[in-house]
Amino acid sequence: MSANLSALFYLISGILFILALRGLSSPETSRQGNFFGIAGMAISIIVTFLSVGNFGPGFVYVLIFLLIGGSIGAFIAFRIPMTAMPELVAGFHSLVGLAAVFVAISAFLKPEAFNLGIVGNIKLASLIEMSLGASIGAITFSGSIIAFLKLRGIMSGSPITFRGQHIINLILGLTIISLTYYLCVSQSANIFWTLLIISFLVGVLLIIPIGGADMPVVISMLNSYSGWAAAGIGFTLENTALIITGALVGSSGAILSYIMCKGMNRSFFNVILGGWGATDQTSTSQNKEQKPVKNGNADDAAFLMKNASSVIIVPGYGMAVAQAQHALREMVDALKKNGVKVSYAIHPVAGRMPGHMNVLLAEANVPYDEVFELEEINNDFANCDVAYVIGANDVTNPVAKSDPQSPIYGMPVLDVEKSKSVLFVKRSLSPGYAGIDNDLFYRDNTLMLFADAKKMTEEIVKSL
Amino acid sequence: MEIDPFIFRLSIFILSIFIGYYVVWSVTPSLHTPLMSVTNAISSVIIVGAIIAALAGVSEDIFETSNIFGFLAIILAAVNIFGGFLVTQRMLQMYKKKKK
Repeated sequence: MSANLSALFYLISGILFILALRGLSSPETSRQGNFFGIAGMAISIIVTFLSVGNFGPGFVYVLIFLLIGGSIGAFIAFRIPMTAMPELVAGFHSLVGLAAVFVAISAFLKPEAFNLGIVGNIKLASLIEMSLGASIGAITFSGSIIAFLKLRGIMSGSPITFRGQHIINLILGLTIISLTYYLCVSQSANIFWTLLIISFLVGVLLIIPIGGADMPVVISMLNSYSGWAAAGIGFTLENTALIITGALVGSSGAILSYIMCKGMNRSFFNVILGGWGATDQTSTSQNKEQKPVKNGNADDAAFLMKNASSVIIVPGYGMAVAQAQHALREMVDALKKNGVKVSYAIHPVAGRMPGHMNVLLAEANVPYDEVFELEEINNDFANCDVAYVIGANDVTNPVAKSDPQSPIYGMPVLDVEKSKSVLFVKRSLSPGYAGIDNDLFYRDNTLMLFADAKKMTEEIVKSL
Repeated sequence: MEIDPFIFRLSIFILSIFIGYYVVWSVTPSLHTPLMSVTNAISSVIIVGAIIAALAGVSEDIFETSNIFGFLAIILAAVNIFGGFLVTQRMLQMYKKKKK
């Protein structure tokens, strides 16, 4: 296949990828969008086979490896529980990053195959693009691995900080830039390997200081990085499909990071430079005086909700941990039978990744037109009888509106306290990830339900 | 004077960033998780590079170091392509409207 013809096909793939994202503007068109994406991928792969034109023994191996990788991927996709989506996505990001690194290594070892020159005399522009792609790929890989370990609970979610951290990162960043320069001058393989190793290190150092609650930003950011890595390789290979995709994914991840930061009223740099949890531990311990709390049980909750005319459910990460979404749906069904109007309110940063709660509710067969975003529903709390907060905490804290001293001041929160009564399902009075006490626990109209989210919801279903 | 092809690629790249910007803002927030998994799947189009690395300019020995890196990258990208698209499909199947 001629280079021009294949370039046209790559352009078509690129357009199909754009349509895949476009489809996600509404759930009705989203499934079609996903097929566009699959079609674009199929075209890219077939065109590459045809343009390389090597159907020797190597081709058979490629097919075998494709099949092995594909089966592993399909197996994971069907087996993974929806609650584990954040770590799955982090894991997948690491694979894209590592694949980019491998392609860059291969191009460096054998530039003839990619028309980039010969070993020891690779074209300058290609070398720069290649080292950019490899370096970002390596950062994506090791960063995503750390994010995966934190989300999976293998590594503690609390931020790991040490003195001089930012200076070390700065020095390593500058080292990467100067190594790229020396690589271009000397074409030395040793410098290329050093560049990769330092990039892997930067990925680790970049993610360890970021705490559990900031994971939505981290995942979005790594999403963005994996796109830029792909684009870097796309420039090296002079491949339009890769360049378009890289740009799409890169900007998509960047926008999601922005939305997540805005949902917490924090700047991007503030998140990157270290978590909340690390700085605010002290302020919670001194605030230990006992305040009166109204303690309720499942029967009280069932009674309150059964006699309400409208209930708003506020899910958070705790619902995901307890896998309470199905029990919650049963409870809502029972309430609806009693003529109660029920809707769901989702805070932008509820959960561990953008849209996490929406997916879990969809899994439990909650129709998506009963689920609302913060801006859509926040005014409704004033007219609602019961707010059922399940596994959320910081995103309901009224202190964000009233106390300029609070670390979460200015963060958009759900106005849960405006409803006639608040049911708060929580295991204990411990503060949330921001490490601050929630004023809501001690309000007159708040009834605390101390239990595991799933168990409590099931008990409420029983007494309904 | 002729324009360097790099400039064309740079133009495509920058225009695509703009397209990405507008397309992603129109994605409904409730589909942000599928957005991440599908962007993850399409970024595995890096498999194009992996296939070239594995097959192009092959001499007698198909298992030279550079080819091996190509094969490894193919496995990684394939996990992502199949895993990414299928898990997205699985999620999107769950988004249903209220039964009337």
